[in-house]
Amino acid sequence: MPQVPALRPTALNAVHRAACAKMVDFGGWDMPVQYSGILAEHMAVRQSVGVFDVSHMGEIEIRGPQAAQLTDFVTTNAVPKLQAGQAHYAGLLYEHGGFVDDILVHKVAADHFFLCVNASNQEKDFEHIRAHNHFDAAVEFASDRYSQLAIQGPQARATLQKLTRADLGAIRYYWFTDGEVAGVPARIAHTGYTGEDGFEIYIPPEESERIWGRVLDAGAEYGIKPCGLGARNTLRLEAKMALYGHEIDASISPLEADLAWIVKLEKGDFVGREALVKQKEAGLRRKLVGFEMRGRPIARDGYEVLVNGVAAGWVTSGSPAPALNKNIGLCYLPVGHARPGVPLQVIVRGQPADAMTVETPFYKRVK
Amino acid sequence: MYPEDFRYTKEHEWVLVEGGIGTVGITDHAQQELGDIVYVDLPKPGAGVERGKSLGSVESVKAVSDIFAPVSGEVTEINPVLADAPEKLNEDPHGAAWLVKIKLSAPGEVQELMTAADYQAYIGAEK
Repeated sequence: MPQVPALRPTALNAVHRAACAKMVDFGGWDMPVQYSGILAEHMAVRQSVGVFDVSHMGEIEIRGPQAAQLTDFVTTNAVPKLQAGQAHYAGLLYEHGGFVDDILVHKVAADHFFLCVNASNQEKDFEHIRAHNHFDAAVEFASDRYSQLAIQGPQARATLQKLTRADLGAIRYYWFTDGEVAGVPARIAHTGYTGEDGFEIYIPPEESERIWGRVLDAGAEYGIKPCGLGARNTLRLEAKMALYGHEIDASISPLEADLAWIVKLEKGDFVGREALVKQKEAGLRRKLVGFEMRGRPIARDGYEVLVNGVAAGWVTSGSPAPALNKNIGLCYLPVGHARPGVPLQVIVRGQPADAMTVETPFYKRVK
Repeated sequence: MYPEDFRYTKEHEWVLVEGGIGTVGITDHAQQELGDIVYVDLPKPGAGVERGKSLGSVESVKAVSDIFAPVSGEVTEINPVLADAPEKLNEDPHGAAWLVKIKLSAPGEVQELMTAADYQAYIGAEK
């Protein structure tokens, strides 16, 4: 009998189970997919505040005199432009230009970078970065040292502010500060994966149960809801944020994924640069584009897409959009069709269903 | 929780037979597993259905699932409430949110379905 590997719990596993959250296998992790229901959790984040346990996400630290050079060499965005206390989104690519992962790079200090990476990619990312480490820098796998909570929604700041002396209003979007939350050292980042205002905090795992409870108490007056990965997915899709394994993977380049904004070809050499330059010169063949369904049918991941009755691509993510009252999706199409206003058909359970490509993001918060 | 006069399938449908007509729905266990239901696709009255074959589908935010016919026969009625209020399936799956009524062509099939006690043991074991 082949051995079934045990699912990995986060430090909050007992809390999720005690709250009767519905648990699923998420890339080998035992994670809550929902608490009260995806729709209610989704709307709590859009209208007020929600909190997510995202401790399955991985952390990698890069330190040393050439930490910046190594970080810049293995990522697509321009690390020299980051200031201490600032973060950005970036791709970690193979030589052939496909994604190893998509990550957040935080510059803690000139000689210290903190990467937040996808749960199921973390070991692969670590090995990849180490293999390219021809610099005076040390790469450390740090996931065991951190739990991560995402507090997201228009009332996220008011909620978290009750628990910290750090002035959250002074932290600009995609900046962070090292402070404390509920009396415990915490990295507080003004980042998120929901398209809403919010914070992601990195805390010691042994304190995560207590801090989770404190966040729920602090948000009670705003009707805070604990949220699962189901709502996290519908929220990020409305905001057109990529999910590894869906919009991006080893076979997709950032140019195809409509992520040219995180690719800085002029910054100097980096892993995957040559392949991207070639791809750009030759011209892209396919590109990611958003669409809306015309009627009731819902597109799902992997469904085939037709343009003028001819097979043209596939759906990478498809779902109802709870805040928009529409059924939306993302798909790859030949570049000639990858613009708003192109009618297409999605094969939904064997039947073609009408859809139309649209501008993205589908949802944009009012600032 | 699970009415004694219903019979149940392994795919989590129920049927209540009265006067040769079977009223069909999905179980409370099924709606809990699916989560928020946003769309229900049902056959038109007059359609023939075969036991164990797809009768339609229910879609939650996360996924789409087939509904399998617990009995064979002809669809005589579909629940008009569900087109505009699919969320009723989460609220009252054993009552107001029944799916279809089927005129049975092989009434003996019902005896092969699970009783409430069997079904409860089955979903207990499934967990």
